[in-house]
Amino acid sequence: MIPAAFDYVAPTSVADALAAIAEAGDEGKVLAGGQSLLPVLRMRLNAPEKVIDLGRIEELRGISEDGDHLVIGAMTTHDEVANSSLVKEHAALLAAAEASVADPQIRHRGTIGGAIVHADPAGDIGAPILALDAELVIAGPDGERTVAAADFFVDLFETAVSEGELLTAIRIRKHTGWGARYEKFVRVAHQWSILAVAATVKVDGGSISEAKVALTNMGSTPLRAAAVEAALVGRSASDLGDACSAVADGTNPPSDLNGSADYRRHLAGVLTRRAVAAAVGG
Amino acid sequence: MTAVDERPEATTEIGNARLRKEDQRLITGRTKWTDNITLPGMVHLAMVRSPFAHARVTSIDTSAAKDATNVVGVWTAADFPEGMGVCANAWPITPDQVTPDHLPMVGDRVACAGEIVAVVAARTAAEARDAAELVDVDYEELPAVLDAMEAMKDEILAHPDKGTNKSAFWKLDSAEAGTGGDVDEAIAKAREDGIVIEREYRQQRLVPAFMEPRSTVVDPTGEQVTMWSATQIPHILRFLIAATTGMPENKVRVIAPDVGGGFGGKLQTTPEEFVTLAVARRLGRPAKYTETRSESLVSAHHGRDQYQKLTLSATKDGTVTGLKVELVANLGAYVAVVGGGVPVLGAWMFNAIYKFPAYQFNCQTVLTNTTWVDAYRGAGRPEATFGIERIMDELAAEVGVDPLAIREQNWIKHEEFPFTSVAGMTYDSGNYEAATARATELFDYEALRAEQQQRRDSGDPVQLGIGVSTFTEMCGLAPSRVLGQLSYGAGGWEHAAIRMLPTGKVEVITGVSPHGQGHETAWSQIVADRLGVPFEDVEVLHGDTAIAYKGLDTYGSRSLVVGGEAVVKAADKVIEKAKPFAAHLLEANVDDLEFTGGRYTVKGTDKGVGITEVALATFASHNYPEDLEPGIDADATYDPVNFSFPHGTHLCAMEVDTETGQSRMRSYVCVDDIGNVINPLIVEGQVHGGLVQGIAQALWEEAVFDDNGTLVTGSFVDYTLPTAADTISFVTDNTTSPSTTNTLGTKGVGEAGTIASTPAVVNAIVDALRPLGVNDVRMPCTPERVWLAIQGGSGGGDAATTAQTQPHFDEDAPNNADPGTTGEGNDR
Repeated sequence: MIPAAFDYVAPTSVADALAAIAEAGDEGKVLAGGQSLLPVLRMRLNAPEKVIDLGRIEELRGISEDGDHLVIGAMTTHDEVANSSLVKEHAALLAAAEASVADPQIRHRGTIGGAIVHADPAGDIGAPILALDAELVIAGPDGERTVAAADFFVDLFETAVSEGELLTAIRIRKHTGWGARYEKFVRVAHQWSILAVAATVKVDGGSISEAKVALTNMGSTPLRAAAVEAALVGRSASDLGDACSAVADGTNPPSDLNGSADYRRHLAGVLTRRAVAAAVGG
Repeated sequence: MTAVDERPEATTEIGNARLRKEDQRLITGRTKWTDNITLPGMVHLAMVRSPFAHARVTSIDTSAAKDATNVVGVWTAADFPEGMGVCANAWPITPDQVTPDHLPMVGDRVACAGEIVAVVAARTAAEARDAAELVDVDYEELPAVLDAMEAMKDEILAHPDKGTNKSAFWKLDSAEAGTGGDVDEAIAKAREDGIVIEREYRQQRLVPAFMEPRSTVVDPTGEQVTMWSATQIPHILRFLIAATTGMPENKVRVIAPDVGGGFGGKLQTTPEEFVTLAVARRLGRPAKYTETRSESLVSAHHGRDQYQKLTLSATKDGTVTGLKVELVANLGAYVAVVGGGVPVLGAWMFNAIYKFPAYQFNCQTVLTNTTWVDAYRGAGRPEATFGIERIMDELAAEVGVDPLAIREQNWIKHEEFPFTSVAGMTYDSGNYEAATARATELFDYEALRAEQQQRRDSGDPVQLGIGVSTFTEMCGLAPSRVLGQLSYGAGGWEHAAIRMLPTGKVEVITGVSPHGQGHETAWSQIVADRLGVPFEDVEVLHGDTAIAYKGLDTYGSRSLVVGGEAVVKAADKVIEKAKPFAAHLLEANVDDLEFTGGRYTVKGTDKGVGITEVALATFASHNYPEDLEPGIDADATYDPVNFSFPHGTHLCAMEVDTETGQSRMRSYVCVDDIGNVINPLIVEGQVHGGLVQGIAQALWEEAVFDDNGTLVTGSFVDYTLPTAADTISFVTDNTTSPSTTNTLGTKGVGEAGTIASTPAVVNAIVDALRPLGVNDVRMPCTPERVWLAIQGGSGGGDAATTAQTQPHFDEDAPNNADPGTTGEGNDR
């Protein structure tokens, strides 16, 4: 289908992008990889007057090290993140989640920043970002600020990025040597997660010394499974016991074509156990 | 012994796995898809569709749309008081069938979501779409009936003026027909001293989901009005345009250029075709309409949607004594072109490959306020095959024997062919034992059974199930006399013509209308062998009623067994026709000539002339027998004497994760007997694609409406089509029992995979879970349904799908766009 007419600008710097966003105000939409915005436009679910394309801003692309942190530019594609040796080594959980996004075509177009800011609870990037305690770098008219992942996801399609601001980078403390698993549950390969569990663990001397677990699509935002994490610490890597069984307590997952809330709560327990077991093993 | 044995010796082309000559242009898209056609002065159309399943249209204000940029016109049904044609039903299954008028554009009452209430023409497609959003339609909602069983109650009427939702009741009874015994007696007897199994199965609603969305271009300039359309049925479309618009048939030319898939979904005359025709004629300028995918999902016809009740009676040892079938089939809002004929095609197939002494088939069709339902790959036969192959597994479980053993106990033995079934069909050939032996060997059946037992014994959370489907189907539609007896509105013959060009090239004109099957390659192989000309020198022309002026198009696995046979007959006529010319050129007696390898030779000499040389000589016509008219072109029409009956044994192993309900295919083996094979590569492709479509019904696909009649699976976000990433490598093989009813010995293959695979998959899942008390899981076997079945035993897997989607693009919006629904009052 054909989108309604819109004006298009493609700034080449973050500063120019912020100026264009400010000028467009409510009538503007920011285009990153376009994997959600273009369907929205083509299906006429939204008709912005101006589309601000970030695709030509080189400073938003790429993966680098900054001391004990990785810095990932917001416009880096899913495929680049998934296949980055830096990410695989220091944030294996994120690499695994990125590799599971949709299909190869989408992974080559879609960007990590676009997915994070779109904040679809069924999207695969929020949970690993949350589990890894990432920091989100946001540029705005008043300069740059950094928000912790725990404070970033506000609600369905809503994040700490306000009107007039841009997510520019994701900073992740290196989790070198941590085992990781993104356990994704779908009916067909290319669909959104019905449910997924992001788990990464540090094993010292045969027992779990640190565990980080977050859930995809068990609520309107990615959720951190703090109780499970606490229960896992000190466990023998070969005997997780019932540490994962309460993962769904207090969650309010959706009911839809792919499963009821009760079914998702059941699945969460099974998949968390599997994710942690695999992370320990890996 | 048989006709097959008399056919000419096999030569190199038939049986050769040639790459398809049409693939380069089809795969790259550098070809004539309808939407690629651009004509001088052409306008683009956008449709305004009802968002409501059932509503009165109280007013339509088109003024704002008419004033929009570059809009050429906006029309409603009121602007066409003389009408614009009718979407006709070609097969009234009973004389008193209730058949609501199906008009291309409705004026006062919409009977399903997606119905067209207005059309906009503008200079670009974008401007037409923009203006369509300005058409202001007021609706007054009416109660809607969506489900077939609800419709049976006649409490809410899909068409209040009809007084009932029941369209027609159709019955076949073997006692009445004289083809078998009384089924009620058989069941009553089995209740006393045998086994009676009663099951209810649900065939969910499916979307055909062809790759190329539907598109129509109409050029009204010139003496004939020309319509290009992405259709399977250009010839039937031309006939129905003439029959329902009053346009003289000779003033209408229809062209199906390259068409990107159909699966039955383009076996229809559509409202969009009639509306485009009407607008183009009104304006006197060419018009184009191409649907969006969102429009396609809601307004192109759907498939399946049946409730099946089966009662099977057997002796205690598992010999079936009778089968009674009671169907309720949801037709949707209108009786589509085949309509009630689709479920009725199951009448001859529920008895399948078995020797049932008594049989009864009952089919009630009902109208609802949903998208109309018609043919989808297999059309009636997958539904029947599913029902019988599921219940045969239940019988095996009841008797406590292997599902293959219960089948063999009841199937027709190979030495019993030809065999007249309890439904009155004569199966010409087949060998179920051979196909099954080969399939079990390739599958390593015993080893998988052993592994299944081991997993059961160890309480493995991942259980293994083995599913069997020994299917047959009737295809090659169809003997015209049989269709006449069934009150079908047309015949089942096919036509072909062969033109011998002076430069030695050959044009083959076929009345079938390929939309991805590979006819150009297969027909070239047949003709190359028959006429002894190079494969590359054969061109196959189709789909244009001005070129292929006679034909009945492509559906029901008919193209090769009917259309291919017409090509053979035309080629044989060319050979006979050219013979006296050759004799003249060789100065020999006609009776002394023989034709092999493209040459006429004088027996016992080295004198000869090629058929292409004869073609050139008759083109020049300088020297030919005085009593003959120059030319060796020929055409032929072939009316089949019988259906063709492919069969096969399909074996499927599924691993079922009992903790999550997720099913994963472990292996799939099928051995199909489709008679002689023209091109093994094309057959392999047809089988693979068919298998995936059938597996998708078992596991993934379902069209779901909410209580308001809104299609919630309105985009591919929620209508979960599989991709290659979801399937495994299939093991396919063939056994060969040549058909005895056509000279090539071929049977149809286009639908085989789809017909066979669905029950194989579901049988495997149920087989995995049977020790847990599960005897059915409703399709699609989603992880949640499987898990519920495990939790609740037999009944748990019967839950309806939650008619709710998760938004992925926009907080307040579904994942499908508005498929052209506009105007005030549309908010909900």
